[in-house]
Amino acid sequence: MNFDFADQAPKLMMLLWGLVAFAVVVGGLLFVLDAVPSFFARRREAQLVAASASGAPLPRRPKQREGFFALFFLMPTVLLLLIGLVVPAIRTTLLSFMDGSSQNWVGLDNYRWMFAEDAIVRVLLNTLVWVTLVPLAATAIGLIYAVLVDKARLEAVAKSLIFMPMAISFVGAAIIWRFVYAYRGEDQEQIGLLNQIVVSLGGEPRQWLLDSPLNTLLLIVIMVWIQAGFAMVVLSAAIKSIPADIVEAARLDGVSPWQMFWQITMPSIRPALIVVVVTISIATLKVFDIVRTTTNGNYDTSVIANEMYNQAFRYGQNGQGSALAVFLFVLVVPIVIFQIRNLRQQRREG
Amino acid sequence: MTTTTPPAAVGAQQTDGGTTRASRVRKRLNSRTATLVAIVIAVVWTIPTFGLFVSSFRPEPLLKTTGWWTFFQDPQFTLKNYQDVLFGQSASSGQLANYFVNSLVITLPSVLFPLAFAALAAYALAWINFRGRDWLYIAIFALQIVPLQMALVPLLSFFSRGVNLGGVTLLPAWNLDGAQNFAQVWFAHTCFALPFAVFLLHNFISQLPKDLMEAARVDGATHPKIFRTIVLPLVAPALAAFAIFQFLWVWNDLLVALIFAGGSDVTAPLTVRLAELAGTRGNEWQRLTAGAFVSIVVPLIVFLSLQRYFVRGLLAGSVKG
Amino acid sequence: MAIFARPRQALAIVGAVGLALSATACGTGSSNDSGNNNADSAECAPYEKYQGHSGKKVSIYSSIREIEADRLDESWKQFEECTGISVDHEGSGEFEAQLPVRADGGNAPDIAFIPQPGLIERFAERGQIKAASADTKAMAEQNYPADWLKYSTVGGTFYGAPLGSNVKSFVWYSPKMFQEKGWTVPTTWDEMIKLSDTIADSGTKPWCAGIESGEATGWPATDWIEDVMLRTQTPEVYDQWTTHEIPFNDPRVAEALDRAGTILKNEKYVNGGFGGVRSIATTAFQEAGVPITAGKCAMHRQASFYANQWPQGTRVAEDGDVFAFYFPAIDPARGKPVLGGGEFVVAFADRPEVQAVQTYLASGEHANSRAKIGDWVSANNKLDLANVSNPIDKLSVEILQDDSSVFRFDGSDLMPAAVGQGTFWKGMVDWINGRDTATVLQGIESSWK
Repeated sequence: MNFDFADQAPKLMMLLWGLVAFAVVVGGLLFVLDAVPSFFARRREAQLVAASASGAPLPRRPKQREGFFALFFLMPTVLLLLIGLVVPAIRTTLLSFMDGSSQNWVGLDNYRWMFAEDAIVRVLLNTLVWVTLVPLAATAIGLIYAVLVDKARLEAVAKSLIFMPMAISFVGAAIIWRFVYAYRGEDQEQIGLLNQIVVSLGGEPRQWLLDSPLNTLLLIVIMVWIQAGFAMVVLSAAIKSIPADIVEAARLDGVSPWQMFWQITMPSIRPALIVVVVTISIATLKVFDIVRTTTNGNYDTSVIANEMYNQAFRYGQNGQGSALAVFLFVLVVPIVIFQIRNLRQQRREG
Repeated sequence: MTTTTPPAAVGAQQTDGGTTRASRVRKRLNSRTATLVAIVIAVVWTIPTFGLFVSSFRPEPLLKTTGWWTFFQDPQFTLKNYQDVLFGQSASSGQLANYFVNSLVITLPSVLFPLAFAALAAYALAWINFRGRDWLYIAIFALQIVPLQMALVPLLSFFSRGVNLGGVTLLPAWNLDGAQNFAQVWFAHTCFALPFAVFLLHNFISQLPKDLMEAARVDGATHPKIFRTIVLPLVAPALAAFAIFQFLWVWNDLLVALIFAGGSDVTAPLTVRLAELAGTRGNEWQRLTAGAFVSIVVPLIVFLSLQRYFVRGLLAGSVKG
Repeated sequence: MAIFARPRQALAIVGAVGLALSATACGTGSSNDSGNNNADSAECAPYEKYQGHSGKKVSIYSSIREIEADRLDESWKQFEECTGISVDHEGSGEFEAQLPVRADGGNAPDIAFIPQPGLIERFAERGQIKAASADTKAMAEQNYPADWLKYSTVGGTFYGAPLGSNVKSFVWYSPKMFQEKGWTVPTTWDEMIKLSDTIADSGTKPWCAGIESGEATGWPATDWIEDVMLRTQTPEVYDQWTTHEIPFNDPRVAEALDRAGTILKNEKYVNGGFGGVRSIATTAFQEAGVPITAGKCAMHRQASFYANQWPQGTRVAEDGDVFAFYFPAIDPARGKPVLGGGEFVVAFADRPEVQAVQTYLASGEHANSRAKIGDWVSANNKLDLANVSNPIDKLSVEILQDDSSVFRFDGSDLMPAAVGQGTFWKGMVDWINGRDTATVLQGIESSWK
């Protein structure tokens, strides 16, 4: 392989710049945060000394310091989010009230279209099915697996096997599963594993991806296949962080594995469980590669994100695409409310 | 497993000696079912990938006409798919190694920046008292839902046109050339990763024991000091977890790369190259099988190497009761 | 990763290479000058009118990738050397979706090769593309039939010349199989149906088809309908259909669907090598014709570019393993309708060097330069048939240059994307999957606003 190192130099140089920038920004931020308070601390000390010398009342500790710290800690994140996500979100909302070419205001037309068109209503319903089934199934499987392989022999290998689908891109995963669901006529040799199994059991090969609603479920399997790895990794880490003394004490009490799971494991990993379910739910709402690569939304399998991509990018219907995106925002509201309640509860406990 | 009978449980066992044997049998059965279930899941999860792996070594015509399992009856083996992927046929697209370097250059800063920024933000949201912090946290959390696709055009416009408000240029266009385009990709990935990163890290950081923080405050430690010396080491596993996911996401991303890195071999990552491999009319898709495995290698190495650290870190950090 | 283990050394290397690089950068500058010196040589004579932009860069974006992209690069190599303009081509499989994003984001390429006149119209209406220069227009008018130029003209403004073309009215078959079985190539629709029956009676399914094509699933079926539409109706009605002057659910369109259905939805005829009618929906278009090579099906209607899809070692020639015949007309007296496609060279910038490239790509020099490299068809009438080596390409060029041909562009590419690349494709998938003609057409019609 005639790999030319000289060609890579500008890139590595750029990487170097990136890393230098990283060190400067993050290091600089921490340095400023360290240096400034100690400067103030010294000044305050001087004031204290001066105050005690003159007999004047001691100056109170300034209260706005917390706010100052928060500002610096949050500044990079807030700035980037404003540019990268807040502005686009506002723009999308505005566009959803405009026509396809984003030139004229059309009021609620795009939303009316969304609920009037049968095909789109179907898309909305499919999305609901996805967002109910995927988080449940993926979390359950990830959790079961994490518990089962915990402290087992070859745990690392066992976990890598489940994790592997995560390392494959969504498109790659969809390609793999298209192979699994592939169909050939009865008189042909099957090339899809699922049909091969059906045939060898004496059945007739089926066109798995053509029949609604089974096809939606089969696509959901792909997403579960990918996300179970995520659930397993996070939950396994949470399980391992349950303090050993608690587990040991329970064991000494003769608690059965079943009780152990419900009384010790589940309560301990509740926060991690919430992270997993919420994250997978949001990922599911946004999934589009899987549908696009397997059926492209045909045969009643489309979901919002896929339809949004089609409308906004392929069909040049920015208004309709944006309206679908806004509907996604609406779908996440229950999760946000749940999260607020969660946070409140945590504050009360804390 | 301890064999000595714990004194606390003795009473219970004496009253009903029969259950011990039964429960021991049940326990063994349980563990056997458990192993079985685990194996079944592992097998089901692995088979599709395994099929692809076998397929990647099969010659094109066979691949397109017979199932991969026939490989075991009629093992025809070829490295051509890998050869095509690694060394390519197209002169203009250059060497795969090139794209590997691009992917690395894109991925490293795209993981580090959100990691650091989100850790700082998550700490502030969890442990610094200021007005409206819960609402800020909820807002950042909710931003997770903004579809990437809708953010592409405004962000691209931000890079190529700058920011203009009422005829006044607030920020100039970036005007990047060649390798400098990486900066755009880092910026974009960092933006898109932050909501999830803040959410994940906040969850870990906010659960650190309050006493620990207060003790540190009483000792006169400032926020930056607490952040560096107490928080970071304790949430190392969470940092590792986020690093893994962000790495995978960036490494496998196609959409952001297509828009912000473009398709030239100077900046395009592996995914862009692999997407091209299928040819203009998608007729060479057998190469995708090999391509998938070439691109999966690095994420797997990252996972396997971070996994050890990940688990150990979590155990060490389990101070919470 | 070992590089980062020793940062100081890495720094040194990077620094040194950086220096070397700036040195080569100067070197490139001087080689550009020498390129200009080249400009006076005899080889460069045809490029004289494009001179004066040395050192300028023109970026091109298209959906053309891999080997075909290499061939394009090679085709304008001499142009680059003689004029000093550097042409930078980037091909992407996500072209159609990415181009509007780049244009909206203010990062459009200088030139794009757009295969959908509908998309050109969209860009023109939003004022994102530039009208072609007078030179480009003159060159295009000189080299291309007027039929073609109207597709890149929006509201009287001409936006760019065609580049490559393809002919879609082909049926692929195996000359060997036909000879062995004593079948003859049909020249009318009725003969074709008769032949299909003969083949079906002999126990082989005569037709194979496949319309799965990732996110473009459905397009091969729309080609079928368009081809039939051109045969059951006059070209004028076809034009009215693609411009929505007649509704999509007009009885004449329904007639075309039903006629196509006598083949595509006929369990007796399809789907050789794959299964029943519904298997058409899930069969990848790339694989759809392959059963011909195994004798499991006899005919496959697909465009000239299907020549690239045959398994390696398949000889594409009139006396070879596979070849194509012209998809016969229903009433040969009405002329020879030809359905085709191609891409147009449209510019997002009007810098002089961009216009020079645009003009050059419309010229006979480029068409011949590209054709010599292989596998290429263009409607450019300066294209010398002697430069076209591949038999199917030769047949295509002959058909395109034939005066009795009535050429029409792929209808789905002319319609607004929401229909042509949206509901029409999806409607065809549903149609194959069992939905009736009237419901399908009604659905497409209601989506066309």
